[in-house]
Amino acid sequence: MKQVELLVIGGGPAGLCAAISAAKQGAKVLVIDRNEMLGGQLIKQTHMFFGSEKQHASVRGIDICDVLLDEIKTLYHVEILKDTTVNAIYDDGVVTADMNGKYIKIKAKAIVVATGASEKTLAFPNNDLPGVYGAGAVQTLMNVYGVKPGQNVLMVGAGNIGLIVSYQLMQAGVNVKAIIDAAPSIGGYLVHASKIRRMGVPIYTGYTVKEAKGKDCLEGATMIKLDEKWQPMEGTEINFDADVMCISVGLTPLAELLWQAGCEMKYVGELGGFVPLRNEGMETSVKGIFVAGDVGGVEEASSAMVEGYLAGLSTAKYLGYTSYDYNAKRDDYLDQLDSLRSGPVGEKIRIGIEKLIYMNEAAASNNA
Amino acid sequence: MRINDHPVLEFKRGTKVTFTFNGQTLEGYEGETIAAALHAAGVKVLSHSIEHHRPRGFYCAIGNCSSCAMEVNGESNVRTCVEPLKEGMVIKTQEGKGDLL
Repeated sequence: MKQVELLVIGGGPAGLCAAISAAKQGAKVLVIDRNEMLGGQLIKQTHMFFGSEKQHASVRGIDICDVLLDEIKTLYHVEILKDTTVNAIYDDGVVTADMNGKYIKIKAKAIVVATGASEKTLAFPNNDLPGVYGAGAVQTLMNVYGVKPGQNVLMVGAGNIGLIVSYQLMQAGVNVKAIIDAAPSIGGYLVHASKIRRMGVPIYTGYTVKEAKGKDCLEGATMIKLDEKWQPMEGTEINFDADVMCISVGLTPLAELLWQAGCEMKYVGELGGFVPLRNEGMETSVKGIFVAGDVGGVEEASSAMVEGYLAGLSTAKYLGYTSYDYNAKRDDYLDQLDSLRSGPVGEKIRIGIEKLIYMNEAAASNNA
Repeated sequence: MRINDHPVLEFKRGTKVTFTFNGQTLEGYEGETIAAALHAAGVKVLSHSIEHHRPRGFYCAIGNCSSCAMEVNGESNVRTCVEPLKEGMVIKTQEGKGDLL
């Protein structure tokens, strides 16, 4: 059995930041990731990030990944296991994993689960045809492997992912015929929407997919307008020829390990599905198990990174590593999260998170 | 269907390798995923659904949904969207649930 102080499950932006933050406080960290490349979803993000300088604003996602990995290389206490899939979390911090075919057992004093989220799907006739892909899948194919997903794309979903992937498709030389969204207005940032509109891509709000068509692969689709009660209106159908349909209707947390570990979970629609109850410092209802990033609530990369730093700080304290500037660091991370979640765009997240926090400051500082 | 000119990205591809897909010889790059290599070669149908025999391709492309499972070098149920391509791989569309052991 491999003994570790802090086990971070997931080497995406949240996990890497948790490892950096905890290691800087003195904790010894093991990061496990199921892929042969670290970085989670950052490795596909060719666009420049928002936020403040602390969150690497105006740096491309793929470059932020390198920045984080370079920083980890300078920290002595961080070990990394790639190509390793955690199978289960048992009692007493016992974790089992498949290390490239070999079954290993780990005993961790504290765990940060940063396993991210996965794409939701949409129900409509023939949604199983090859050519109907998640938007993230198309992004992986294009930006990581340099393969075009097809010639003509219909994008379903006008949230940030739908808008950004549409732009990236155009960048890669693929024609995006239209973006549709069932909601009456565009869900993503208008700066992305404007960019894509300037490239000549129409955005149809209030439309959903009626059905997809094709024999062996997708050949086209019909979309239909919805009324104010979200019911399809006959006679409003529009047909498109397309060999790719990107379904970008949201993500849902990959929370299986948290369920298994006995964490108290709650369904919060604003955050993508079932999420763990947690305190402000990112600790779940199971002592010693913390979360960071999309697994705790689907948001975006900048928040994932700050949550990672915060979770790393909290787990280090839990392990007994504190510092004179602990409170200042903690307040700074909390302020950064508040700032990222401020304004009308952050309203949904704020509502979702309010449903989650189950311990107040006073109770949380009992261990101080 | 490979992207060669991209405004932001430069694709560092590994060595070119050959592999077979249902007996047909195809080319790909070492280290890219099997699903990506097949897609680049124009292969989108990776299997057929078990009950209704409907054509099926990948969906999530990062190893979560299992839509992309194929038989690779005799092993069934390999998630081709995360499995790296190697020289000489024998890839076949899987019939049914495949060998579970």
